[in-house]
Amino acid sequence: MILAILKRLLMLVPVLIGITLLSFLLLQIMPGDPASRAMGTRASAEELQAMRELWGLDKPLWVQYLYFLRDCLTGSFGVSIFHKQPIITLVAERLPYTLAIVAYSTVIALVIALPFAILAAANRGRLADVAIRQVFVVLIAVPPFWLCYVLILGLALGMGWFPTGGVGEGLLENLHRLFLPSLVVGLSTAALIQQSLRAALIDTMQADYIDTARAKGLRRREVFLRHVLPNSLISTISIIGVRISWIIGGTVVVEKIFSAPGLGSLLIDAIVSRDLPVIRGLTVFFAIMVVLVNLITDICYALADPRVRLE
Amino acid sequence: MSLLSIRDLRTEFQSPSGVARAVDGVSFDVAPGEIFGIVGESGCGKSATCRSILRLFGGAQAKVAGGRILLEGAGDLAAMPERELAQVRGRDVAFIFQDPLTALNPTMRIGKQIAEVILRHRKVGRTEARAQALQLLRDVHVTSPERRLDAYPHELSGGLRQRVVIAMALALRPKLIIADEPTTALDVTVQDQILRLLRERRDSLGASIILVTHDLGVVSQICDRMAVMYAGRLVESGRVREVLDAPSHPYTRALLAALPGQTGRDEELTPIEGAPPSLISPPPGCRFAPRCALAQPRCREGGPPPLLSRKGLAAGHLDACILNEAADAAA
Ligand SMILES: Nc1ncnc2c1ncn2[C@@H]1O[C@H](COP(=O)(O)OP(=O)(O)OP(=O)(O)O)[C@@H](O)[C@H]1O
Ligand SMILES: [Mg+2]
Repeated sequence: MILAILKRLLMLVPVLIGITLLSFLLLQIMPGDPASRAMGTRASAEELQAMRELWGLDKPLWVQYLYFLRDCLTGSFGVSIFHKQPIITLVAERLPYTLAIVAYSTVIALVIALPFAILAAANRGRLADVAIRQVFVVLIAVPPFWLCYVLILGLALGMGWFPTGGVGEGLLENLHRLFLPSLVVGLSTAALIQQSLRAALIDTMQADYIDTARAKGLRRREVFLRHVLPNSLISTISIIGVRISWIIGGTVVVEKIFSAPGLGSLLIDAIVSRDLPVIRGLTVFFAIMVVLVNLITDICYALADPRVRLE
Repeated sequence: MSLLSIRDLRTEFQSPSGVARAVDGVSFDVAPGEIFGIVGESGCGKSATCRSILRLFGGAQAKVAGGRILLEGAGDLAAMPERELAQVRGRDVAFIFQDPLTALNPTMRIGKQIAEVILRHRKVGRTEARAQALQLLRDVHVTSPERRLDAYPHELSGGLRQRVVIAMALALRPKLIIADEPTTALDVTVQDQILRLLRERRDSLGASIILVTHDLGVVSQICDRMAVMYAGRLVESGRVREVLDAPSHPYTRALLAALPGQTGRDEELTPIEGAPPSLISPPPGCRFAPRCALAQPRCREGGPPPLLSRKGLAAGHLDACILNEAADAAA
């Protein structure tokens, strides 16, 4: 197992070389001169030249790439033109918030999805199943910004139950403060999990070994909890994995509305301010996260299903 | 006195194209310690009959729509509420499914799966249940049983898995074991071992076995009595030697000519012309009439003919052919 994990991590190396090269070249072919884009149109020629030298933009392309590679390897991922700070510092400031949303929203999603998936599977094709599906389809379809405002207007401003945003101190306060943004992210995760878990439950309930379990005389609840549910949950692992990869960089709207600093808004801000090193560094960082989440997903699979081995 | 007495059993499957009467008025008895074989073409309702006894229909929309399933000491299983029937399952009546590759939970260790049935019905602790599971694996001749307890199903061969399934079925020393094609999914050599194992356990435990099979060789080898099923009904039943040596119903005769393995010599197999009828709207009269070479116009009238004893046949040898009925009347 450990060996397999190390092997997988080793396989990361060529992947990362590819990703760094790609993100470097893609931003290189963006039109315009990075220095003037960063400095604005009113900068003088000398200022621009100084800027280019400072950021190594006057060097040949391959040298610039090597610089970038060095920055990635030393873990700084480059320095932000706008913030004048190593990108890893910027990431470190925002990562806790993003990870908190990841964990919190996933827990919320599971708490919501589990009972509704079970209810829907048990009443397949009947009113409850159809109604649940409709509600979750709507939840996937509503734009997150709309959901954010409805929740803020209703639960935060209206009822005064929750703060409208920001980040607080300590676990308890943040559980309270981050509830609404996590709910917004968690609801669509819940919809995804509910759909896939419902299908998995229905599938598993028809498996031969469920008949075997019933033939032993097990009660309905025992059959469900020991045989149907565990085997069905395995298939939702990958859904959760994919969803977490997305949440890490994809919650800009929620971060903006709840005025909370996450990785998504860091990327958008960098794009707006043309902070090329940040865009580049974050791209590589996100790629690493996706690969890592994938690896963790596969490890979870291998742990949950004895038939699956980590390759 | 019979252990199991099935009377006029009717089982319906709900399907998109209508209600299939998979079992349509089936009656038979199984004596204590007896191995009762059921044969018939695919789709004639053998599995449905077996599954009706314990009301195990997988994911299918099916129900026992009528009849009685009288189990000695337990009462009518067909009328029993689900909770009560759950007590009978595994304890009084055990089920061995066709495919050992899918009959075991892939994510649960073998030992735990066997222990589960013991823990459900006996007041014993986990260690004791595990010890009993180990002994059960020994009883069904699983090699290095200690190691297998902690194995997962996929780590075992098909034959070993079927032994595990049998061990599980035998755990509570049930009075009746229902084995629905227990060897169809296995290699020929393994098939033989499994059948011998079943008979051996029957001999030592005194349980009755209902054995569904397509292999008449198997029937003549290990069954005491048998029934021939066609389109949801029994067309002939009796002691194995009598039915196989002097088949009385035209369908049985056609089946014997079509299925391999009866006598062991090189037989010429003649498939039965045509296909079994739909169970959603079966033909009137004898259901075999449309395919029967001997069929007369009156074979195609009225309800399906009942299973009756005949003058020329041994006691307990029944068949359901209208033509034999007429012969009786003439004699
Ligand atoms: N899952 C199902 N859904 C709908 N109808 C079914 C289902 N299973 C069985 N049936 C109906 O019941 C009939 C009898 O099926 P059954 O499985 O009992 O046949 P069988 O004699 O066991 O055949 P085989 O030899 O192939 O196992 C079928 O012809 C079909 O009409
Ligand atoms: Mg069958």
